[in-house]
Amino acid sequence: MATTSRSSLKRYFDVNGWLFVAPAVALISLFMIYPIIRSLILSFYSGRGMMLKFSGSGNLVRLWNDPVFWKALENTVIFFIVQVPIMITMALILAAMLNNPKLRYSGLFRTMIFLPCVSSLVAYSILFKSMFSLDGVVNNTLLAMGIIGEPIGWLTDPFWAKVLIIIAITWRWTGYNMIFYLAALQNIDRSIYEAAKIDGVPSWGRFAFLTIPMLKPVILFTTITSTIGTLQLFDEVYNFTEGKGGPADSTLTLSLYIYNLTFRFMPSFGYAATVSYVIVLMVAVLSFLQFYAARERA
Amino acid sequence: MRITLRRHLPDIVQYSVLSLAAFLSVFPFIWMVIGATNTTSQIIRGKVTFGTALFDNIASFFAQVDVPLVFWNSVKIALVGTALTLLISSLAGYGFEMFRSKLRERVYTVILLTLMVPFAALMIPLFMLMGQAGLLNTHIAIMLPMIASAFIIFYFRQASKAFPTELRDAAKVDGLKEWQIFFYIYVPVMRSTYAAAFVIVFMLNWNNYLWPLIVLQSNDTKTITLVVSSLASAYSPEYGTVMIGTILATLPTLLVFFAMQRQFVQGMLGSVK
Repeated sequence: MATTSRSSLKRYFDVNGWLFVAPAVALISLFMIYPIIRSLILSFYSGRGMMLKFSGSGNLVRLWNDPVFWKALENTVIFFIVQVPIMITMALILAAMLNNPKLRYSGLFRTMIFLPCVSSLVAYSILFKSMFSLDGVVNNTLLAMGIIGEPIGWLTDPFWAKVLIIIAITWRWTGYNMIFYLAALQNIDRSIYEAAKIDGVPSWGRFAFLTIPMLKPVILFTTITSTIGTLQLFDEVYNFTEGKGGPADSTLTLSLYIYNLTFRFMPSFGYAATVSYVIVLMVAVLSFLQFYAARERA
Repeated sequence: MRITLRRHLPDIVQYSVLSLAAFLSVFPFIWMVIGATNTTSQIIRGKVTFGTALFDNIASFFAQVDVPLVFWNSVKIALVGTALTLLISSLAGYGFEMFRSKLRERVYTVILLTLMVPFAALMIPLFMLMGQAGLLNTHIAIMLPMIASAFIIFYFRQASKAFPTELRDAAKVDGLKEWQIFFYIYVPVMRSTYAAAFVIVFMLNWNNYLWPLIVLQSNDTKTITLVVSSLASAYSPEYGTVMIGTILATLPTLLVFFAMQRQFVQGMLGSVK
């Protein structure tokens, strides 16, 4: 008697458990898992629009010989390698400063620095585009301060266009990452710092040898999310360059290239799917490496 | 003198760095408000003082854009999408935490892995799927792929660890069914978790750009973000007008953030623990 009721009870709860997760699992299967698999299959097909034919490794050959793809890959990698370390470092320094209990107005500073990540990606792209015009407010200010001798072509020079994208993403996301560090810092027991202070460890030493190691899981988390974010870069470039990724493809990213291949040029779904799998692979490899590196040093 | 300087130098550096960071963070917002009062040529020349063109800009924006319709499209997508996301994803987060089984843990791992897949890899099959379902150019097509969010499921599962099991046990003794426990006890207790998730998901939905850009083709379905972007991508954009649009596109997320700032920071804190 007792055993039957317990086993029926167990089954009752198990059914319940599946009912709770079922809607989400169904939606994710349909709108995440299925497209991922479909995309992989598509990458073996080529043709225009819906007229698709199996082409085996045809798309890979096209990819290998496509200078625009290599340019987009190069740009994406540059954005990632330059931007993520700058942002993570700045976010860490700002969070460490805001965590100082003697600091006044810390709530105000925190809110102001966090504010950019509330703005819409499209709205801030437009604002930046207007601020960085040739005789715009940024060039005017830099000229007046004597930092530059002549206006910078932020939107017309291939090098400075890349710099502008990096400045823009850093503006948008530094505060977001800072909040994670701040949250983690506030969970650290202050007495550890007091003890180190008594032992004569200087403040930079406490930061390097106490704060950083304790924040490692959060640093890993923010690095991976930032990596995924940078590799997906689309809204900013699209709005800075009217969808062209210019000047001279200098700001073309992989996501923008996929969009152009699918919806702007002659639609080639198969080839676009192949390019999208390059991003999937890069995210997977980079996340694995970052995970591995973090575990090694632990 | 030297001693005071040495003692105060770290403070001076700290306040300077933070003030500079705060100023740079807020400046584009100030620029947006100032820009809305200036003409396009004044904006391009970098005028940083208030002008007199505000009402011309507003009139010109309202003349070019069906503001109530476009704004309503955005609000509808953001609110309905957010409500459905919170419901479906919190049910799943609760389910994964409260009823563990080996198979369910495997399913959960797969869900977490999908976090790594960039949207670019999904958008072509999703576009074809919506085409086959006859949903292109509808708001349902915008919301559907966003509803079950791996990130929000993860967030709710983490937060559920703090939900006291005694409450659930007591409710079970009182004869409540599992769905009653969820809606009558879990949801009210986890209010601040829901509030923080609301802020995050509302922003994601409101600011969503690439997917609506693909799906929404006709003018009467477009969101404010799409409309402002297309105004700004003209060969020589009328920045004065565009600034009114950027304000309208930014205001709702700013309001939501300021209204729920406290719960939001708490929620972020909870997600790191």
